[in-house]
Amino acid sequence: MSYLFDTKSGTRYLMMGNDAIVRGALEAGVGVASAYPGTPSSEIIEQLSRASRERNIYVEWSVNEKVAVEVAFAASIAGLRSICAMKQNGVNVASDFLLHVALSGTRGGMVLVHCDDPGALSSINEGESRHFARMLELPLLEPGDFQEAKDMTAWAFGLSEELRSLVMMRSVTRLSHASGNVTIGDLPPTDKKAVFRYDGPLGDPDTGPVVTMPVPKNHVLLQNKLKKARELFEKSPFNTYTGPEKPELLIITSSACNLYSLEAVRLLNAGGRVGVLKLGTTWPLPPELIKKSLSRADKILFVEEVLPFTEENVKILAAEMAAEVGIIKFYGKNDGTIPMTGEMNPDIVVDACAKILGITYSPMPADYEAAAQEMLKTLSPVRDLTFCPGCPHRASFWNIHNALAIDNRHGFTCGDIGCYTLGFLPCGFNTMKTSHSMGSGIGIASGFGKLKQFGMDQPIVTVCGDSTFFHAAIPALVNAVHNKSDVIFILLDNSGTAMTGFQPHPGTPLDATGHELPDIDPAAVCRSLGATVEYADPFDIDGTQTALLRLMEEGGARVLIMKQMCALSPAKKGKKKFEVRVDENVCIGENCGCNRFCTRIFRCPGLVWDPERGVAVVDEVICAGCGVCASICPSGAIRKTEARA
Amino acid sequence: MKNSGIGNDPFNVIITGVGGQGNVLASRMLGNILSDQGYFVTIGETFGVSQRGGSVMSHLRISGSSAWSPQIPRGQADIVVALEPIEAIRVMAYYGNERATVLSNTRPIYPVGVIAGEMEYPDPGSIREALGRLTGRVVLIDATDEAMKLGNPILGNVIMLGAVAATGLLPFDRDDFKTVIARSMPADRLEINLAAYDRGREMLLETT
Repeated sequence: MSYLFDTKSGTRYLMMGNDAIVRGALEAGVGVASAYPGTPSSEIIEQLSRASRERNIYVEWSVNEKVAVEVAFAASIAGLRSICAMKQNGVNVASDFLLHVALSGTRGGMVLVHCDDPGALSSINEGESRHFARMLELPLLEPGDFQEAKDMTAWAFGLSEELRSLVMMRSVTRLSHASGNVTIGDLPPTDKKAVFRYDGPLGDPDTGPVVTMPVPKNHVLLQNKLKKARELFEKSPFNTYTGPEKPELLIITSSACNLYSLEAVRLLNAGGRVGVLKLGTTWPLPPELIKKSLSRADKILFVEEVLPFTEENVKILAAEMAAEVGIIKFYGKNDGTIPMTGEMNPDIVVDACAKILGITYSPMPADYEAAAQEMLKTLSPVRDLTFCPGCPHRASFWNIHNALAIDNRHGFTCGDIGCYTLGFLPCGFNTMKTSHSMGSGIGIASGFGKLKQFGMDQPIVTVCGDSTFFHAAIPALVNAVHNKSDVIFILLDNSGTAMTGFQPHPGTPLDATGHELPDIDPAAVCRSLGATVEYADPFDIDGTQTALLRLMEEGGARVLIMKQMCALSPAKKGKKKFEVRVDENVCIGENCGCNRFCTRIFRCPGLVWDPERGVAVVDEVICAGCGVCASICPSGAIRKTEARA
Repeated sequence: MKNSGIGNDPFNVIITGVGGQGNVLASRMLGNILSDQGYFVTIGETFGVSQRGGSVMSHLRISGSSAWSPQIPRGQADIVVALEPIEAIRVMAYYGNERATVLSNTRPIYPVGVIAGEMEYPDPGSIREALGRLTGRVVLIDATDEAMKLGNPILGNVIMLGAVAATGLLPFDRDDFKTVIARSMPADRLEINLAAYDRGREMLLETT
């Protein structure tokens, strides 16, 4: 049985952190769940959608994170419990609305789960979203293991209702995408009733209109909510202490860093000398608990990701309590004991503790390490990121790169975040020259397109994916059209939100639960704005490059939709359109003037070089059968034939 | 809670390979097999952008007493299962020790830098010798080649799990594997996965 439907409390499952969050939301009787996909948060909505019918939940992939919070908020003020999930930069997108939600307050329990990605394992930033809690004046929770991820989520809805405030709950990749054992609790009845009451007096939290004004009064109320949260957090079971009454060193930690800290203490066999204070309620901090903890030891080490959020907040309290807690030596990110950037792991904590306590610890004998490092250097060539075999983006960037080269006016491409971000690397022929937040490629291009008066005459190309188009590109495209900016906007339409696992979006005809929805045609949207729109199949190399070269001769905002489904899409994955092989009688290898064009420049993982025979070879295990390489060999040695069904 | 049947507590397994080889699925199958038996299992894994042709790695911690960190500390691997041979070296360089057991698939997946002629991929002999210098327990298995004989190269991951079972280092057998497969995959995939598991088991026994 799936943990989604198991009504028997006490059963133990091996769950991903995101699954644990989902189970917590189900146990709290969540009514509405909304999100925009983003690693490492996407599984939360995917799993909730599987339980939507049985548990009576409305589940939505929203157009972007701001709208997702708005959708969940409507449920809250209609009296339902709601959850919203996003990755770290989603909070940036949603933050304007969140600032107002803090001030207006909520009704039904509302939880925002934001999953940070320390180390940028699946991100193009290392954003620290915990600071939003302080800035927006919202309570913040951080589960410290898998069981807590479930228990804390379930508890957060009640906390939200008690405070009448949205509650932020922050996870990280190593919790959301890691798995551990979780014992489940009861599931509540599934009947839910939504009513929005607005007839009461202004300021009535249950029946009045939901507005942020009057601001002076509501801001005081908001601060009172935080004061109440502080009091509740003093007694929270999610703040735990492990260790001796008076340790030599106290570690203050949260989230996955809790597990790294516990592991480090065990590895150093230092349980008698080191205590670990794991905080589950990290904003606002409970001052009495912090005072008691600071009084335990005169050496404190902070272990957290990414920025020194708790470190700085504790230090403020320590300054206020200096007369009572005495002089403390603090170790952490600010003094360089722990790196200021990047992901944490047990080894970093071991090194920090060993240094502070004067313990000698060596994870490997020196000669073993030297031999291992030598092998690493000489025998394990690095794997640069690349597009998957059969990826339409490789073909799209090939076309854009070649068209810009033939055009020969030093044109360039602006992009943003998606799988196609890799377009700045050799796998995308170094075509993309700017890459930032979602939708920013067209915004930047819109700006470049207006620099003619300063002598800039390079063609401006910009790319974005089909999901990104709806998420954030439309306002920038409006800007480009309205301001008569000269840009070629290429929509890399691969029929889904590919990077995060192929979730639907407004341009696809299905919702999160697989039911039909009207799909919105991006071409119609672009035409309605006044842009010209053309289509190309990026696998048709000649046709696409011809279209691009023609568009480069024109002015204004021009849209080219390069349509080809993602190679990993459920409809395409594992099905080869073509059998591709190299005709070894035609490939003359090093003797050809091409200088290994196919493997050296095109760099598809499925097309490799056989150094012994001196020819290119298709690796049938890796090749996805897109057939694009057949168009690029100057000798015509790469042959494609329709694959048998 | 379980406290016997594993050599070290926690017992640390790393499954490594290249994105798309079924690394995550293998780690979940093994994790569920051991969780079913009452062990505490923690799995840490990287996927997302890292899967696009990059090295991927899952860390499994198996314990009779508690949850452990989703990242294994340096030098602490007990078993390294590599779906691609140079990934075994990459993992052993950081997590290896002389007591570790390495089970590695033999079939290379060339990094794009190798394909482009900018880097060299080591010959099989050098890989075997290097791994042999890092630990005395290295078994190389033609998992992908065998998987292709079974009709699908992706089954290499299950062949490797069969080989892990045959080492006897972890307490599970064919029935435990079958239970988890039956729970997590469509019924028509059961037979082929069991065949792959059996083949991996046989291959390990043949080589040792």
